[in-house]
Amino acid sequence: MSLDTVKHATDTPDADQPWAELGLKEDEYARIREILGRRPTGAELAMYSVMWSEHCSYKSSKVHLKQFGDKAPENDAMLVGIGENAGVVDVGQGYAVTFKVESHNHPSYIEPYQGAATGVGGIVRDILAMGARPVAVVDPLRFGAADHPDTKRVLPGVVAGIGGYGNCLGLPNIGGEVVFDPCYQGNPLVNAGCIGVMKHEDIHLAQASGPGNKVILYGARTGGDGIGGVSVLASETFDATGPAKRPAVQVGDPFQEKLLIECTLEIFGEKLVAGIQDLGGAGLSCATSELASAGSGGMRVDLDTVPLRDATLSPEEILMSESQERMCAIVEPAKVARFLEICEKWDVIATVIGEVTEGERLEIFWHGEQIVDVPPRTVAHEGPVYHRPYARPEWQDALQADDAGKLPRPAGSAELREQVLKLVASPNQASKAWITDQYDRFVQGNTVLAQPEDAGMVRIDEKTNLGVAMATDGNGRYTKLDPYTGAQLALAESYRNVAASGARPLAVSDCLNFGSPEDPGVMWQFAEATRGLADACLKLGTPVTGGNVSLYNQTGDTAIHPTPVVAVLGVIDDVNRRTPIAFAEEGQLIYLLGDTKEEFGGSAWSQVIHDHLGGLPPAVDLDREKLLGEILISASRDGMIDAAHDLSDGGLVQAVVESCLRGGKGARLVVPDGLSAFTFLFSESAGRAIVSVPRSEELRFTDMCGARGLPVTRIGVVDGEEVEVQGEFTLPLAELKRAHEETIPALLV
Amino acid sequence: MTTRVGVVTFPGTLDDRDSLRAVRLAGAEPVSLWHRDKDLKQVDAVVLAGGFSYGDYLRAGAISRFSPVMETVIEQARAGMPVLGICNGFQILTESHLLPGAMLRNNHLHFICRDQKLRVENAETAWTADYEAGQEISVPLKNIDGRYVADERVLDELEAEGRVAFRYLDGNPNGSLRDIAGITNAEGNVVGLMPHPEHAVEPLIGTGRTDGLAFFTSVIKKLVTA
Repeated sequence: MSLDTVKHATDTPDADQPWAELGLKEDEYARIREILGRRPTGAELAMYSVMWSEHCSYKSSKVHLKQFGDKAPENDAMLVGIGENAGVVDVGQGYAVTFKVESHNHPSYIEPYQGAATGVGGIVRDILAMGARPVAVVDPLRFGAADHPDTKRVLPGVVAGIGGYGNCLGLPNIGGEVVFDPCYQGNPLVNAGCIGVMKHEDIHLAQASGPGNKVILYGARTGGDGIGGVSVLASETFDATGPAKRPAVQVGDPFQEKLLIECTLEIFGEKLVAGIQDLGGAGLSCATSELASAGSGGMRVDLDTVPLRDATLSPEEILMSESQERMCAIVEPAKVARFLEICEKWDVIATVIGEVTEGERLEIFWHGEQIVDVPPRTVAHEGPVYHRPYARPEWQDALQADDAGKLPRPAGSAELREQVLKLVASPNQASKAWITDQYDRFVQGNTVLAQPEDAGMVRIDEKTNLGVAMATDGNGRYTKLDPYTGAQLALAESYRNVAASGARPLAVSDCLNFGSPEDPGVMWQFAEATRGLADACLKLGTPVTGGNVSLYNQTGDTAIHPTPVVAVLGVIDDVNRRTPIAFAEEGQLIYLLGDTKEEFGGSAWSQVIHDHLGGLPPAVDLDREKLLGEILISASRDGMIDAAHDLSDGGLVQAVVESCLRGGKGARLVVPDGLSAFTFLFSESAGRAIVSVPRSEELRFTDMCGARGLPVTRIGVVDGEEVEVQGEFTLPLAELKRAHEETIPALLV
Repeated sequence: MTTRVGVVTFPGTLDDRDSLRAVRLAGAEPVSLWHRDKDLKQVDAVVLAGGFSYGDYLRAGAISRFSPVMETVIEQARAGMPVLGICNGFQILTESHLLPGAMLRNNHLHFICRDQKLRVENAETAWTADYEAGQEISVPLKNIDGRYVADERVLDELEAEGRVAFRYLDGNPNGSLRDIAGITNAEGNVVGLMPHPEHAVEPLIGTGRTDGLAFFTSVIKKLVTA
């Protein structure tokens, strides 16, 4: 095959090009021709097609994501906002923290192990590229029905992939979620988050400036894996008839990534880079065009100098390859020798592949012949923008009218007891230890809290005990019932979890998992959810610093529940003041904070007992969430509480059981006046938490709540070896433990 | 003079910084050692930390054993210098034939991370003198290739000579023969174990216990009194 050079493209304007196969629409192809004033070369077509894919260009979501900037709250902590590899916030004492959550949903369905593994690898490189040492990862996961045979294929593979990659990198896995729902059967959601820490002056950006500076590609050699992964995988819907897409999934090598991390941190330490970008989706196409576009614009690359694993790769394939564990740095000529020396020390291959040039063109050559000549901004930042039509689905009213409050409730104490046991043993409410015990949570020696705690927490300074916490939450059932409220509830829960651990919520990253944007109903869910989230972020004062959108999560015409997953990052001045969930001291008093109402729409109870989804999700009161957060943080700082646990899916009884099992102590509970035992135990009203208070602190604590107007109700005492609801039933801890812990292994082993 | 304890970093070592911290908290001077350097920088003892050196490619510990630093470590260990191998470090010690036996994949085939109860069987080694024989401790365990095996003759010999240093309690996590979690050489200066004492040195971090700190205080005491 002859090389399709720029000259050849100019000479053969009518040559047939496979733009449709590459996922481009006719008008998009026409626009590329208009930008270039000729037909694109094969290499240019490859670049535009991957960079203009939904995954890279956010073409359907952009118009809605804009709100996160427009409605961003005033926040002095924000150092780097949306648009870079990850956002960066100031956490005090000269430290900055960068964090982000991303999706690797489609690859993980096709090839669970590698899909999940490279999801971890990708987010870690994003964090690294900001200049930070990665210090922790989290993994919010969603699978199909727990007892479906395919879940037994996907889940163990995903978990082994996350463990196999993350454990090998030496990053503690401190949090996340595992949720089962039939809606995710053909579209598991494999989201991955990472936190990185650096000093303010170490922040690096992805931009190529300074003509004459060298472009260095370093890390793994480029191979044939992941070619077309971005455009093919992320932007098409799975159906039964399509060809096998396995070769499009990348293969990870965590050992190489570990070397890349240490090598890159040493390079940062000596201040050797002017700009840096990791190679993820769209590989070199993305890295070169984004670096050039964000910088002064000009770059020349000699593509034939790229080290290859497979010498037969064509230039188009090299540009599109998503081989893992690669980074691209912009380095001043005088610093290149030292840069290469550090790479050699870590056995990392590094190659000068080009340089920053005057002018505003990205020019790529193959053995001296020019195959790309484009304005990089048109590739990287000026892709298509769609205003997709959206409309509230016709079924939405009927769904909301199907009130969960009308479902039959337990007839007596015996049935109530039975339902409690059934709830805590249900796959979504059961212990996930079988999964999380496959992740290393201790490495680096800074883990203060890890799953099943409300939030993961790591110490970032050994001298001052400064720490950061992170929680991720999302509830697809709530969001299906009401996307605006559901997205707010996801934020509220994550915010509450961070506050319950004692940390002050600071900023947000989100991973927005939805169905096809070409379906107006799905687009409405997306529009509502982003609007809800942006409004809530403004109200809570926690800006969105970055994130990721994953669309086309659907099988045929059936979309997943709309599932925005929200990560909240918090800061704690002294990790010694952290609050765990465990009820560990007998005699301590258990208080319920917040108001409990008859709210069962989308609840775990309605799902487990009645297999029902309908009605409205719990109401959101963001002022209340903020107040509750302040109380939890003050109580932690001043030593008034020894344990705190947020109330969310499963309601109060789920939280009490978890706190009791974690601490190995029982609890005696009294149903407060004005509430039925059923509502007390199973309601999922938001803005609530339980705390355990030493008797010596009781007055001080209740006075503080009273003075600040937070409803506080004494509901019991930590005591014995059973959970007793007075006048109703008693459940021995041993029985609860069995019910809670045996479910997941029984389903998956 | 402060005791100097070296911690080797191979490509893929993960718990080196944790081990350096543990050495410091125990009161010794931590010294970083690099796999390509034969020079041990005049340390008095060496820790081979956990991780996946060389990606565990070929076999855990198999490649590290041939690195320049190991030449000196093996030589010095034979001359009596205290050497502690934790997890991947234990695997390197068996690959180096400083300790007998080998580690295979866990019998359940999964990576496992949990608090693990151990019994200290031998409190006379360079790394365990601050424990009491029979003492029960709890430290994190985290590995996928942690199943200790050796032939019957070797196992009998280890038992007879009191060289089983640690045994798993409350459930064998990986199918290790005779519940063996760690062993020592005949001289008591080279000790290897799969669980991670360096992750149990601060009350707030990890498991919330400090049961692992005595490994490091033991060796300091041993070297000071030697």
